[in-house]
Amino acid sequence: MKTLRALFNPRGGIHPAYHKEATDSTRVEVMPVPKTLYVALNQHLGAPSRPVVKKGDTVLRGQPLAESAGYVSSWVHAPTSGIIKAVESRLTAGGQLATVVEIEANGADQAIESPAPATDWRVMQTRELVDLILQAGVIGMGGAGFPTQVKLLPPPGKTIETLVINGAECEPYLTADHRLMVEESARISQGIQIVQRILGATKVRVAIEDNKPEAIAAMESALKMAEGDIQLVVVKTKYPQGAEKQLIYSCTRREVPSGGLPMDVGALVENVGTAAAISDAVFLRRPLTERVLTVTGDAVANPKNVLARVGTSFRDLIGFCGGLRGPVGKVICGGPMMGVAQSSLDVGMNKTTSGLLLLSRSQVHQYTSTPCIGCGRCVQACPSSLLPCFLSENLEAENFEEAERLNVLDCIECGACAFECPAHRPLVQHMRQGKAKVIQLRRQRETKASRKEKAT
Amino acid sequence: MSDTTSEWIVSPSPHAHSGDTVPKIMGTVIVALLPALVAGVVFFGWNAVRLTAICVVSCVASEYVVRRIMRRDPGINDLSAVVTGILLALNLPPTLPGWMAVVGSLCAIVIAKQLYGGIGYNLFNPALVGRCVLLVSFPVAMTTWAVPNFAHIPPVDATTMATPLGAWKTAWSAGQAPSAFQDTFPLRALLIGNRPGCLGETSTIALLLGGIVLLWRRCITWHIPVAFIGSVAVFAAILQQTDPARNLPVSYHVFSGGIFLGALFMATDMVTTPVTSRGMLLFGAGCGVITMIIRKWGGYPEGVSFSILIMNALTPLINRFTRPHVFGHAVKEKTA
Amino acid sequence: MDLLIQTLIIGGTGLACAAILAVAARFLAVHEDPRVETVSAMLPGINCGTCGFAGCAEYAKDVVLHGAAADLCKPGGSETAARIAAFMGVEVSESERQVAIVLCKGDNTAAKRTVGYNGLLDCGAAQQVGGNGKACRYGCLGLASCARACPVGAIEIRDGLATIHPGLCISCGKCVVTCPRRLIRMVPESRSLHVLCSSLDRGPEVRKVCSVGCIACTLCAKAVNGQGIAMRNNLAVVDYTVPLTEESIIAKCPQHTIEKRPGTKGEAA
Repeated sequence: MKTLRALFNPRGGIHPAYHKEATDSTRVEVMPVPKTLYVALNQHLGAPSRPVVKKGDTVLRGQPLAESAGYVSSWVHAPTSGIIKAVESRLTAGGQLATVVEIEANGADQAIESPAPATDWRVMQTRELVDLILQAGVIGMGGAGFPTQVKLLPPPGKTIETLVINGAECEPYLTADHRLMVEESARISQGIQIVQRILGATKVRVAIEDNKPEAIAAMESALKMAEGDIQLVVVKTKYPQGAEKQLIYSCTRREVPSGGLPMDVGALVENVGTAAAISDAVFLRRPLTERVLTVTGDAVANPKNVLARVGTSFRDLIGFCGGLRGPVGKVICGGPMMGVAQSSLDVGMNKTTSGLLLLSRSQVHQYTSTPCIGCGRCVQACPSSLLPCFLSENLEAENFEEAERLNVLDCIECGACAFECPAHRPLVQHMRQGKAKVIQLRRQRETKASRKEKAT
Repeated sequence: MSDTTSEWIVSPSPHAHSGDTVPKIMGTVIVALLPALVAGVVFFGWNAVRLTAICVVSCVASEYVVRRIMRRDPGINDLSAVVTGILLALNLPPTLPGWMAVVGSLCAIVIAKQLYGGIGYNLFNPALVGRCVLLVSFPVAMTTWAVPNFAHIPPVDATTMATPLGAWKTAWSAGQAPSAFQDTFPLRALLIGNRPGCLGETSTIALLLGGIVLLWRRCITWHIPVAFIGSVAVFAAILQQTDPARNLPVSYHVFSGGIFLGALFMATDMVTTPVTSRGMLLFGAGCGVITMIIRKWGGYPEGVSFSILIMNALTPLINRFTRPHVFGHAVKEKTA
Repeated sequence: MDLLIQTLIIGGTGLACAAILAVAARFLAVHEDPRVETVSAMLPGINCGTCGFAGCAEYAKDVVLHGAAADLCKPGGSETAARIAAFMGVEVSESERQVAIVLCKGDNTAAKRTVGYNGLLDCGAAQQVGGNGKACRYGCLGLASCARACPVGAIEIRDGLATIHPGLCISCGKCVVTCPRRLIRMVPESRSLHVLCSSLDRGPEVRKVCSVGCIACTLCAKAVNGQGIAMRNNLAVVDYTVPLTEESIIAKCPQHTIEKRPGTKGEAA
């Protein structure tokens, strides 16, 4: 096991003020189960889960609430024991309406009996292991929420050579992954071994930013005895170092082809939280019902790293952290760069919620945008080497063909461009709209083309 | 815990910002121009103050009036008109009549900037457009150079002198060798600033100080200045090698005229220059080459202003053909 | 002498160019089927793109040369469809003109706001961040994306609510696809009774966020015995395929959600 500095560094990126001091040295606190939980069924990418409970049912912790509804889908489990109060369309942390299961906890927090692991995981079939992971509802906990079992079964012809474990946590304010690495390095290490075995990956690269020396030390000792080509790669601290494609580049110098997936360059990235969840799924047969997140920001009284149940409302999380310290200016689910601003506190957290940021009014600035002055900072900041200023101009003018030619679909929506822009242009919003529109236009073109083909 | 949701806002990500705004950037540019302004006052006295004040006031006032007429938000708070005013003043000869400076300001702001759509939409550097219009319209006034204070060898019984490049052009046409006038304008004078010229172009050291401020505050990147000055140096070196008797040494070409003012402040104007790194290098090199061509074979002794304007016209094309390799695309892919 | 030579050169060049152009006009002319122009003249010439072609000229070409359907022009309506059909010798079915209507009544006076919004003033963009602070998750965002999409300016935003002037609507349907909350529907122009709400929230929830939203009290559906209005997911939904003329439902609605909005030309909403 070697520790080395990353030899490669993706271009672009920004260095925002990180504000991690409030929580990067505090131990994770376990939050008691709140009275009501709101578990969303669209926490993952892909088809929202299909509910298997209805209003009035009694559930135990770990009991399935909703089953996987397709190939790219996952299971959702009850985070505590209680009664189902409602299964209906509600507001979710992503800002959209989706089916949410409201559970009233009965205080007992009784878990369903999970069968003791019968066989040693090392002799289990790959398929069996992946099934365990699917049944445990494990999804990408780095934020995207991609169902893990799909990732672990690449299509034939695609071999995963390098497994990259994402411990970068490049977003400001967030320290959840950091503390997880410091305190639960053994679990993460076990998860890494399981994933490595499933994929048959020959190389493992655990990437951690250089502003987390404690985490680096903890993971080093946890992985000391690991066999094979496993390296701890210390990557340069910058945003967005932890973005999947950029991290693969830092660790392997390979660029994931545009429109492609990491498996196209023989790589796969898993967040440290996901690795820990995988370990629980296989070793303890425990479904994913809780996670560590950072509740921070200058508007909350006691910033903390909290181990909370999925579905805990933001209101309860804030209450656990001492409540608000004055009027709040913005409530962000996630980090400040890619997090979603919330309009209500009565929304439940997801498996992908890595942070809850409460910014006071003095920290929140409202901007009006002015015309682009061509300073080029966005071009310097873009990790995908795009030209955000021209893209934004074209998208504002609804010139979607030109936006497509300028590769708007390669935008990872990291927000580095908008962070730098002195004219405060709504670059990311333009990109998001542009991407949606370009995809729509592409589909229309394809349908037209296939219709023409059929006609001839 | 009070909800007070009416005080929240929702907005799209990102929710953090670097803190830089257009007025801040313009403010930094103004600060970076202070050394050159001070040098202008030291060497040219009251004229520097007079012209700068006239230019700044006319630029800001004309921008305000024109925007109101166009029924748009005046936008003078972004300080870009102030910067244009100062830059224009620094590009004018000290004894220029005030009313000509006003005409120049009007051309710069109204024609070169506002008629194109305001900040961000102009194609040409406004201050340079103002200067070139004045140069072409009032050639005598624009080429009358006052004797600077502390001049190395001030002329006896004369209030004007030729600039180093102007003197060289005359000497060259007369078939004289460079050494003939290097005594009148030692290298020291070119660096410190006690030589005739425009208000802001004479003191290389003051301009360099300003340039360092701009680089440090990330208002400009190194690409354009290095490419501009570098290409001038290379071109001058080639000329020198081929015919030492009929060409100025490299150091004279680099430090005389408006190269430093141009390379650090005019050619780096954000709106009118390329945004890509390769594009910026190309732009700077183009400016340098055209400047030297005008100096060597053109009718004017100095070509910085024209070269920058010509390259401004090519900026959209340069932007188009110097797109960086997009992450995840094959390197040989067509960029156009 | 100089002048004569110059005149001859310039004049000669001009004549030569004219000759080339004349020859080109004769031999390189693109022969277009004259029927295309006739059909093109029948079309309104708005170039809205609803037919799916890039402008009226393209549609006319496709009708004549590639057999496109004669009734794709929505702004032209059934009159235009009938004329084209008659000219091309095909059949088209008669259909009533449709106009667009926004099924929401929650302007800034009626609908509550919870938070402020700072971002792109576009409904699609706001929807991607969960809305612009309007408490009702289903209501009109009022950021004018539909108004901008309308080629004839038939949509007005009044006090944070989009309203469509049926007299100006050309039935192109662009507003329908633009609205991210799917609030706009195409309804037959003869229909005038509408339930101006699209909220699927339960009654008590609706009352918390809007004073004119449908609370699913079912009084309207009961008044017409289910003929023309059905209750679906906590919302009264009008069935535009069945006649509905019972105007008493307007008074019966406790929230004043039902209104009479004639869709015919000349009468503004």
